[in-house]
Amino acid sequence: MTETMTLQVARYRPEQESEPTFDSFEVPFRKDWVILDALNYIKDKLDGSLSYRWSCRMGVCGSCGMMVNGEPKLTCATFLSHYLPGPVRVEPLQYFPVVRDLVIEMTDFLVKLKSVKPWIVRQQEKPFSEGEYLQTPDQLDTYKQFSMCINCMLCYAACPVYGLDPHFIGPAAIALAQRYNMDSRDQGSAERLDILSQHEGIWGCTFVGECTKACPKNVDPAGAIQQYKLTSAKEWFKSFLLPWSAK
Amino acid sequence: MKPPPVYTEYHPKWYRTRVSTYWWSRSWAYLKFILRELTSIFVAYFVVITLLQIRALKQGPQSYAQFQEWLRMPLPVVLNAVSLLFVLFHTITWFNLAPRAMPVRIGGKRIADPWIAAPNYVAWLAISVLVAWLLLRG
Repeated sequence: MTETMTLQVARYRPEQESEPTFDSFEVPFRKDWVILDALNYIKDKLDGSLSYRWSCRMGVCGSCGMMVNGEPKLTCATFLSHYLPGPVRVEPLQYFPVVRDLVIEMTDFLVKLKSVKPWIVRQQEKPFSEGEYLQTPDQLDTYKQFSMCINCMLCYAACPVYGLDPHFIGPAAIALAQRYNMDSRDQGSAERLDILSQHEGIWGCTFVGECTKACPKNVDPAGAIQQYKLTSAKEWFKSFLLPWSAK
Repeated sequence: MKPPPVYTEYHPKWYRTRVSTYWWSRSWAYLKFILRELTSIFVAYFVVITLLQIRALKQGPQSYAQFQEWLRMPLPVVLNAVSLLFVLFHTITWFNLAPRAMPVRIGGKRIADPWIAAPNYVAWLAISVLVAWLLLRG
């Protein structure tokens, strides 16, 4: 078995370079190491200037998403052993602007996420004295899958539509909108409809389906988008056939 | 001496990659997607052929016979065969995607995907049998 493995890591130092280059690093191969362990080894022992994001190293925080051999992966959940005998190519998430090395600029995603109001919207809050908004396990089950999203943006890096049209609102934002639309306590679906039904909303999606394959949490954003297309079309027919009925 | 960094408006030092025109050639999944998008051309081709056939039928027996003769020429036969393959690809992938767009819940439980896809195939088969019966009975 190989003792070491080669990592080809994308470097971009804007004060030195006009475009990214690759640096090769030899890291010890260990069966229990994930890509993130190898990156941490590089930063500790080989080159302290390597920049990348990470936090929880257990697939919860969604910070360490990178392209591993061209596929969007959480580097904390992707084992070196999967890529034997190497080399492994590590790049920043594609379709996002690169700030430095493996660090991408995510403001675009955060703005889009906020635009779909991913929180429970109530027309009127009930007073505290009436207690919580109750929900049955079945009601929870209808949206639970979509609520597993950790905002890691792997689905954006997997989506060629987002790459070609940066205005596309994107898989995770739509899946999270759907998570709140399907929540029995929420009353904000009409407010989200206007944003989601735009061309840059659900109709931008051509159902490539790669977002669902890339998702480390089995959220199925592609499914969420298609379901919402159905909802949006139904709403359109309703407003077309019954223009007098309030939305 | 390294070349100076390229400055872009507002965010001088971010690096942005351009998406290649041939992005779909990078993986089999993307290629399959593009092929599926292309099937729409062949669906449209079948629609046009059907319309031309109806027009020939309206113009009388001679014109219809001529049209049928044209259909037997090598080029239309090859084109029809290729179109059939693409249309089949379109249909099968469409039926297989149906469960993703329509999660049907009965009694609080989501029905397994094959149960959504299967009725599509059954309806397809039933209609095909009906059409075949209408055409071949005489």
